[in-house]
Amino acid sequence: MSTEPVIKLGQKKKSLFKDSVMALLPDGGNLNMCLTCGVCSSGCPATGLADMDPRKFLRMASMGMDEEILSSPWAWMCTMCQRCIYVCPMQIDIPQLIYNVRSVKPRDEKPKGIVSSCDLALKHDTCSAMGASEEDWVFVVEDVLEEVRDSQSGFESLEAPMDKSGATFFLNQNSREPVTEPDEMVPLWKILHSVGADWTYGSKGWAAENYCMFMGDNKDWESIVRTKAKAVDDLGAKVWLNTE
Amino acid sequence: MKFTVQDPCQLVRKSLGDPIAEDLRFVVKAVVGEENFIDMTPNRSNNFCCGGGGGFLQAGLPEERHAYGSQKFNQIIKTGADYCITPCHNCHSQIHDLSEHFEGTFHTVHLWTLICLAMGTLGENERTYLGPDLAEVGL
Repeated sequence: MSTEPVIKLGQKKKSLFKDSVMALLPDGGNLNMCLTCGVCSSGCPATGLADMDPRKFLRMASMGMDEEILSSPWAWMCTMCQRCIYVCPMQIDIPQLIYNVRSVKPRDEKPKGIVSSCDLALKHDTCSAMGASEEDWVFVVEDVLEEVRDSQSGFESLEAPMDKSGATFFLNQNSREPVTEPDEMVPLWKILHSVGADWTYGSKGWAAENYCMFMGDNKDWESIVRTKAKAVDDLGAKVWLNTE
Repeated sequence: MKFTVQDPCQLVRKSLGDPIAEDLRFVVKAVVGEENFIDMTPNRSNNFCCGGGGGFLQAGLPEERHAYGSQKFNQIIKTGADYCITPCHNCHSQIHDLSEHFEGTFHTVHLWTLICLAMGTLGENERTYLGPDLAEVGL
């Protein structure tokens, strides 16, 4: 039998990454409340990926294995779906632990696809992670609308209002629709038309996605949310409807 | 013809909870017919994430994303449904990709497509995700 310890625990109490996350969360995210029952892991689709699971991740954080959890790619395989919190008898906020692992990673160690989507979203006030500008967006909506009005009977007066003031609903749209499959916007317009909804798109802040949040960049995430919220407020809309 | 629905984590578990999951089923059943609807197990707030959330689609980890999604794929297959309705854009992208990757027999469709199809207002260019069985209905 080997006498080599599997895990070496330091004698001196050190400052744990977990404690820094607990300081940020209401009730410390209950991160010290784990009973090790494993209900989180048994119902997590990310269990087993990168030799990790939610319980293991939290136990490692509790034991101060900061280097190991901070270097694990698993933080990008957990979708932060919160099912683990939902089933946990102690309501432990493992997803916030994951978010903060993402957050402290240097930008050049984060997944390139997520970083570039965040960068593109910061380029225009549209917040589009595919880089669609105000002009691109307004053009595609007008173009698709005109075609439907001309070609589909019963929809000659279909509307897709842009920057209408005081509407009840400000409708967001995922960038993939206007950029890659604009016809997919039409059924939504028809439903809103059929029920007589008072709605509008905005030329700014319309993109539903926020990859700066997924990236764990608090500053850029806030900037995106503030741009979107301002667009809704500037038009005086009552409800911000997110399709994603 | 059977239809199942994906409860989006963002809409259900993370935002409005089981009441919105009930609203979703009310709409879906009204659209496809109650006898044609079949739920996945588990569902509502207890549903599994499909693997399209959290930026996974853009994380450059397709192998892991597919492994994650295999649970969702098997869950859908078990229902025997011909269509999986996805009322979230990320769920649609991921489940559509899962069906292609694991060679599933089901189609992945936006809720708005089926609502307009049921109302008889779905245009010719708005049918990308319908299977051949529904592609011509109401044209």
